[in-house]
Formats: sequence, structure tokens, C-alpha cells
Amino acid sequence: MSRTLKIAGRDLSSRLFLGTGGLPHLALLPAVIDAAEPGLVTVSMRRTSSTAAGGLLETLRAAKVPILPNTAGCLSAREAVLTAELAREALETDWVKLEVIGDETSLMPDAVELVEAAEQLVRKGFTVLPYTTDDPVLARRLADAGCAAVMPLGSPIGSGLGILNPHAIEAVVAAVDVPVVLDAGVGTASDAALAMELGCSAVLAATAVTRADDPVAMARALRLAVEAGHAARGAGRIPRQAVARASSPMAGRIA
Amino acid sequence: MKITVNSEPTEVSGTVADLLEARIGDRRPSGIAVAVDEEIVPRDDWARWQLQDGHVVEIVTAVQGG
Repeated sequence: MSRTLKIAGRDLSSRLFLGTGGLPHLALLPAVIDAAEPGLVTVSMRRTSSTAAGGLLETLRAAKVPILPNTAGCLSAREAVLTAELAREALETDWVKLEVIGDETSLMPDAVELVEAAEQLVRKGFTVLPYTTDDPVLARRLADAGCAAVMPLGSPIGSGLGILNPHAIEAVVAAVDVPVVLDAGVGTASDAALAMELGCSAVLAATAVTRADDPVAMARALRLAVEAGHAARGAGRIPRQAVARASSPMAGRIA
Repeated sequence: MKITVNSEPTEVSGTVADLLEARIGDRRPSGIAVAVDEEIVPRDDWARWQLQDGHVVEIVTAVQGG
């Protein structure tokens, strides 16, 4: 694995992506971004009766961090495609984190609508990063549709349960040739490190940072964890075995 | 003329730019996108794009989100 991450031909400065939802005060965001040093920062698109002047976009532009709009809350391919088109127009980026959820309780991806939306957006020239389940078959479908990365969940959005099925995440990594970004479920640093050790190319965290007691400190912790996990993956961990194996020589002992 | 803006019934006349000026106080606000009847109206077309009775308009911007 290379040190820098490339998605759709674009070099990203960090393997940690930051979601901005859930911060108690927008004023905290600059310090959180400084601590996380994220490669991408996500935003959502919502109806407005005012400009975002003095607000979120100014903060993100001042931080010089690339913006990744999402389609959070969309329940159909039709809604998601329109939301992506609105984001492209408003933010002048053709990158989109594609979310199509099946219901507002589980927030789980709707696989059928997701693939349909991905195909449409790829045809329209978008760089599509879909939020998906930890299903390697669906991940391959999305990659085959032309998605630039796939973003499987470790556990439900905002749950902080970490990676419930690490074998599935490994299977997703093995199934696709595009970068895999662990998207949902990260609760703390060890979850992010595990994602990288399993072979993910990056981690997206939102709630883990924004709803931590100290968001700035957690942003730093996740940055370090992603870096450590990536380094450990590259280093090649020892195989697990059920019996002890001494690392000190047995010969020459005094007894 | 009655149109729907962000799901609210609204009385307006004129162009998309006129609507934005009335609602936001800016004919060409940055960070905003507009769709009419589920079609994007590009920023450069706002000043000449005439709204018509029954149009359904969405005006959106970026907010904090994961």
C-alpha cells in the first residue's frame, strides 16, 4: 500500500475523512480539522432560506480541505441523484458520497436503489463513493458500476459499535480493486486502527469525533490511529496461533 | 402566480434570480443550488430563467453532515 491515497486519480493528503455532522458548535470545526488533518470533509445538502455566509462553507474553504457532499437522508435513487446534482452545482465538485438508505430507523443502505443511483451518477460524470453494507458482492457491483471507491459500514451509522464483522470488511477489500473506506460505526481510535489493519484504504468518522466529550482530542486520536493501522497493515502482522512461542532463546539458561 | 419553494406555497413572479433576491437578499448567492421541477437550473441561467405557475422549486445549500 502506498503512503498517499489516490481516488479517481486525485491524491488525498490523509486517509482519515471527517464528517461534520453532530458538532455542538460550528466554531469548534476549525480546531477539529486542524487536529484531524482530514483528506476530505463531508457535508450534507439541505433546503435553505439564507446563504451559508459566515458559516460552514467559509470555514471549510478557509481550512483548504476538499469538500465531499453526501446524499444523506435520501430514500430513493431519484432523490439521491437530484441531491448529487444540486451539490455539484452549489459546491462545484463532481465528487459525491452516495447514500441511499432503506429506512430512517436502521439507516441501512438500500442495495437496489444504491446501485441504480450509482449507475446514473457515473453516467452523469460524477466521482461516486457509495456508502454500502459490508457485503462483498454488493461492493463488487458498485465497483463494476464505475464507483471510484466503496464505503462499507462497520456497524450502523452513529452507533459507535466499531467493526462488527471484520471478516466481511476483509472480504470487501479482497473483492474490489477500488479503495475501500470504512464508513460508519467508528466509536474510538482502536476501531479506526482495525479498519486500516484489515486493509481499508481510509476511514470516515463523523459522530466518533463530533459527539466525543472532547472532539478535538478525538480527532487527533483518530488521525494517529489511522496512521498506525495503515503502518501495521504495511508491516505485516504475525499469524495468530493458539500456542505460545518463546522469543528468547531456550539455550544457555542458568538453570 | 403560485409556486412551491422548499415545499412552501409562495406567491412570486419573475426569474429564479428575482426569487433568490426576495428570499435571500442576493441574486447570485454562492454555495447555493436551485432545482425547478427536479431539474437543476445552472447558476448562469438564474437571471433569465422565468418561473411559471405551479413550478416546484428547491433551494439548497451545504450544512454540517456525515
